[in-house]
Amino acid sequence: MDRRHFLKNTALASGALMIPAFLKPFEALAKSDLTGYKNLVIIQLSGGNDGLNTIVPYGNDIYYQKRSTIAINQNDVVKLNDIQGLNPALSALKEIYDQGWMSIINSVGYPNPDRSHFRSMDIWQTASDSNQFLTTGWIGRYLDSNCQTCSKPYAAIEVDDTLSLAMKGAKMKGIAVQDPNKLYQTTREPFFKDLVHDHSVDNLSEDNLGYLYKTMIETYSSAEYIQNTSKTYMVKGEYPATQLGNQLKTVSKFINSGLQTRIYYVSLSGFDTHVRQQDQQARQLKIYGDAVAAFVKDLKQSGKLDDTLVMTFSEFGRRVEQNASNGTDHGTANNILIYGGKLTKAGFYNEAPNLSQLDNGDLKYQIDFRDVYATLLDKWLDINNGQILTKSFAGLNFV
Amino acid sequence: MDNLKQIKHLYSRAGFGLRFEDMQSFANLSVKDAVKNLLDAVDDPVAAIATDTDYTPAMKADVAARKMFMQQQRQEEKDLNIAWMDKMMNTHAVLQEKMTLFWHNHFACRSNKAFFAQQLNNIHRANALGSFRTMLFQVAEAPAMLQFLNNQQNVKNHPNENFAREVMELFTIGRGTYTENDIKESARAFTGYGFNKDGEFLVRRLVHDDGQKTFMGKTGNFTGEDILNMLLERKETAHFISNKLYKYLVNEVPDAVHVNAMADVFYDADYEIKPLLEYIFTAGWFYNDKNSGNMIKSPVEFLVGLSRQFYITYDKPEILLQFQKVLGQVLFYPPNVAGWPGGRNWIDSSSLMYRLKIPSTLLDGGLIDFSGKADPEDEAYLATVRNQAQFVSTRVQSNANWDKVLNGIPKDASNAAIAGFMLEPKLNNVILNRVNGAGDTKAMMIELVSTPEYQLC
Repeated sequence: MDRRHFLKNTALASGALMIPAFLKPFEALAKSDLTGYKNLVIIQLSGGNDGLNTIVPYGNDIYYQKRSTIAINQNDVVKLNDIQGLNPALSALKEIYDQGWMSIINSVGYPNPDRSHFRSMDIWQTASDSNQFLTTGWIGRYLDSNCQTCSKPYAAIEVDDTLSLAMKGAKMKGIAVQDPNKLYQTTREPFFKDLVHDHSVDNLSEDNLGYLYKTMIETYSSAEYIQNTSKTYMVKGEYPATQLGNQLKTVSKFINSGLQTRIYYVSLSGFDTHVRQQDQQARQLKIYGDAVAAFVKDLKQSGKLDDTLVMTFSEFGRRVEQNASNGTDHGTANNILIYGGKLTKAGFYNEAPNLSQLDNGDLKYQIDFRDVYATLLDKWLDINNGQILTKSFAGLNFV
Repeated sequence: MDNLKQIKHLYSRAGFGLRFEDMQSFANLSVKDAVKNLLDAVDDPVAAIATDTDYTPAMKADVAARKMFMQQQRQEEKDLNIAWMDKMMNTHAVLQEKMTLFWHNHFACRSNKAFFAQQLNNIHRANALGSFRTMLFQVAEAPAMLQFLNNQQNVKNHPNENFAREVMELFTIGRGTYTENDIKESARAFTGYGFNKDGEFLVRRLVHDDGQKTFMGKTGNFTGEDILNMLLERKETAHFISNKLYKYLVNEVPDAVHVNAMADVFYDADYEIKPLLEYIFTAGWFYNDKNSGNMIKSPVEFLVGLSRQFYITYDKPEILLQFQKVLGQVLFYPPNVAGWPGGRNWIDSSSLMYRLKIPSTLLDGGLIDFSGKADPEDEAYLATVRNQAQFVSTRVQSNANWDKVLNGIPKDASNAAIAGFMLEPKLNNVILNRVNGAGDTKAMMIELVSTPEYQLC
């Protein structure tokens, strides 16, 4: 028994694992295979980002009446059209917007909205109705569909320690990779290697033990594939030294090295701004805007922007009227931000939110978020949305 | 299955596994006596949170006070979580805790008041092996649940249907057995059911709708209690609970004949839980090969079982929360009112890796360098904390009692016998070859609990 070797390396690292030698080494892709491979990058803003102070309706007086101390001054707003503009913390995105690489979809939500963080996040990640409980995520169900582009175990990567519900299907799940190098280095446990060697995906049983070994083996092979494919690529763009900046830099590395992954998922926390919103939200928005601007410019430079679509969402928006603590409480409809090199409708996709016709103090949703998902599934991931969502949605025309 | 294997299987399902020291004394016990022991053992309530602190003034005060409140709230949640983990890791009443965990998931609930959460947890514990009827009535009056399912907002002329809907869909009778109109009418029966500022249940008469309701074909001035009684009268409720319990204790794929038999026992016993459990644990089919070594342990079962097996103590028990987080099950934080889906949902590439690495980390003083995602409910707190990207690299500081573990192993036990005792599924050749050639028992045991096989019970 190789105790020394096994026990020496007891540090637990993110992601993980070990590669069976019998698995075929990854064959380098021909250059032509690398173009035209469409990627979707999802950025989740956790906590309920205040959409009204993100894309600011500075041209609407009601906004200033309802938010006497936390509204963004007209002079400070980075104006995009006569009514709406960017929070100044997002000024890095102005250039992206001007280039036609950004689309803003206002008033996205769903019927009978839930104001609890975890329930609403559940709804967004599973794409359920508000009174329905699904145990699989919408991306997970995309993986389950076993379509041509999504059958690989690394078809969906979350750049994080752990995997979100959105990425979990009934049969297939995405893979969580915070750092591909660390993931690869921690794969070399002799004991685990032995275990994996004795099994191959083909002769595993259908029971839970077979499932556990299958997950282990696929993680090994994915770890090897991801590391071998991406290790030599040096990201050229400059990224801010924030966690989100690093995560998007990793995504850039994966995309540019030709990883055959269709979906990337990252999240940024800290948007639940009940108190002293202005400072807190500005801090988070700056992290977001700077990282996204760097990412989009980097992909433009490397020629991958046309093959990439970025979607940003949050589990809900916040109430139109501010609260007594210079913050905002949980609300409903919110904006979704889309980025890409080939948008058919850049700029504002629809009208600014209607601040005069509210539902009990909250914005009324105009677009169901599943119509946004449906668009991504139909037009970007090449799969009929009705197969993945609980019913068929008509979709939109931003791409 | 020989007797020891049966006892071992029984304890892996009715408890959190068997220790080596138990092996000698339990081997000679009949299944019947072992079941009796399990059913008779009781433990005290969890008492981590002494008082129901009223934070309303703090919430209205300035930023500093609010921040302090949130910190205190989080500390209480941590204390409660650790107190329950500690209970599970050390109790002699393992079946009671195992069933408390079942009811915790069945009556899934979140509360931002740890005192209320503890109260509900103790309701589950006190009735874990008692009467489902009593438990249901007590849960329906618990502030944590009334608040979670918005029944404070359920008032005459403006009914909020959330509570009534979940009581039927998830707690008693299950989908497909009632109509939307049954929900509307029963919601009226629960109007005014709430709690006062001292956390005491009360029916606010002024907002209670005492008019006629028509529920499941009957008409009358029904109260909430009447509705619960009518739901318990329906045998589908006994079947719904039996089916769920079968999936928790026996097999993820229910066997219709066995579940029907369970429902008969449960219904005839007027929802007493003990007779039902006794029936399951003494049924021949419970010990069939196809019902053993094939269930994926929940993260909590995994951590508790490991800690019990090796008598692990934690200098910094907060680490247990971090483990729960990365493995996907934080006590008192179910993903939604339907609870944790369980089974293969526990396993993905990263959670499996953590499960394979955590044992050697705990048993051999390792480092961890992961943090896991924040729960969405932590966002308000995170928003106030400036430096939120805390990368955790911590020494686990856990202590296994190796002397006790090694002394518990029978002197004549072969390595293969030790492995067979520790792992429920049949051993494959790799494992057998390794244990047969192993010199150091301690190292061998660490490897055995770092396998896919160890994830099963």
